[in-house]
Amino acid sequence: MTLRLLFIPALVLSLFVSAAHAAEERLLMMRSTQSFPETMLALQKTLGEYGYTVSRVQRVDIGLTSSGFQTDRYRIVFFGRPDETRELTAAHPGLIPYLPLSMTLYAEEEETLLVALDPTVLEEVVSTREFGFRVQRWKNDILSIMDELRED
Amino acid sequence: MMMQKSLLLFGAALISLSAAAAPDGVRLYERHCAACHGLDGQGGVGIPLALRSFQIAVEDDFLFTTIREGRPGRVMPAFQSLSDAQVSAIVRHIRGWAPERKERAVPTTTKVAYGHPERGKTLFAQHCAQCHGANGEGGHGTGVTFSRPRDLPIMAPALNNPGFLASASDQMIKKTLLEGREGTPMVSFLKAGLKEQDIDDIVSYIRSMEKAPLHWQYDREEKPTLVMESSYDLATTVESVKRAAVGMNFRIIRTQSLEGGLFPEGEQNDKQVIVYFCNFNFINQALSLDPRVGLFMPCRITVVEGEDGTVQLMAINPKYMSRLYNNAELDDACQEMTDIYLSIMEEATL
Repeated sequence: MTLRLLFIPALVLSLFVSAAHAAEERLLMMRSTQSFPETMLALQKTLGEYGYTVSRVQRVDIGLTSSGFQTDRYRIVFFGRPDETRELTAAHPGLIPYLPLSMTLYAEEEETLLVALDPTVLEEVVSTREFGFRVQRWKNDILSIMDELRED
Repeated sequence: MMMQKSLLLFGAALISLSAAAAPDGVRLYERHCAACHGLDGQGGVGIPLALRSFQIAVEDDFLFTTIREGRPGRVMPAFQSLSDAQVSAIVRHIRGWAPERKERAVPTTTKVAYGHPERGKTLFAQHCAQCHGANGEGGHGTGVTFSRPRDLPIMAPALNNPGFLASASDQMIKKTLLEGREGTPMVSFLKAGLKEQDIDDIVSYIRSMEKAPLHWQYDREEKPTLVMESSYDLATTVESVKRAAVGMNFRIIRTQSLEGGLFPEGEQNDKQVIVYFCNFNFINQALSLDPRVGLFMPCRITVVEGEDGTVQLMAINPKYMSRLYNNAELDDACQEMTDIYLSIMEEATL
């Protein structure tokens, strides 16, 4: 009973404290010293080497500048493994809005930034152990790809 | 003699082992910090860590706690999964940009006398609120990104933030007020005419914010996806989504199978159709709040026909995504985007 009395306020306190913290790092980011076109080329090549297919590139900067807004180069690369994507969307339709995976690239002067969602976030959509391994593998792939691009 | 040799060898092995195990601060910085703060600390979305006046003003503890706690709602995430040794290695790397050690801040450099928080509050409103916000909530924006124009080289930090209050000592705050930060809009308030007692009062007021710091709140119940059922067939629903999006001032930029680009045409699943749409004015506003928002661009709703013939509309929930950015300024835009998605989905399924 005493334990329970202590546990409930402790739980409430812990919830409050966690709400007070900054969000943990859930975006995977990387800065390349290479120019935007070089980084874009290297990314597409490296994704292929890791077994991913680039399904589409969205040129956000083109749309923005043609609408009269000022921006540097800003693109979104969609990618996935075809069979894996098909299998996952069939087994777990909740993942559909998040697939194919994507990476955002944008220029900062002569350097290029890459941003990707940490795929382990998707465990909030599918919480099976097997899927946990899969998103961890995706995360490792993305981090390795970023490391390779950084060192190019 | 033999025993001495063995001990020496053992000692040497231990030293080489610990050297091999020591975290690599450069690599850790490149992986976790450089994207925002720049490879050489020149800043970007994050503040310029190499700035001489910053290095002189802050203590190692400030850097360590900032990395560990982050700034809730102010972009800088909390690196709670890094070990103490890893965080210390990053701090050492950041300190590589510091000027001479004797110039760096140490906890005893600036003594803070007792100040009057109430008086400090009045002075804060007169001298600090213009940049740091009336309640110390900080300036707007996400620092400098060279791809987009910015008014200031850095944004004024949120002082009434649990992460800042946990990281900054009174001495550090006082030193900053006394000396300003060269290379930023922060001026020396001593040179601007305030007395040391005035500055102590402001420090006391800022410290008093600890009693009720501004907490960044997000809805923990928010779901990652938005889903709505349609009573129409797939093709009709796709057309309805397009019509509804156009009705909300969006431009349809593409309609394709989810498997488009992954499988050759003719082999793609035509029961999963993505409608991409854009409003560039909205995108421009979102990018000015946070240049990383491309992850949920362009706007898209996927229309899916299940094996039983039911048709559903699905989209990423921007309000759920907002929390991942740790950027309170994005919250309103993401709420608006979620409302727009729901309106389009409702309109398309009426």
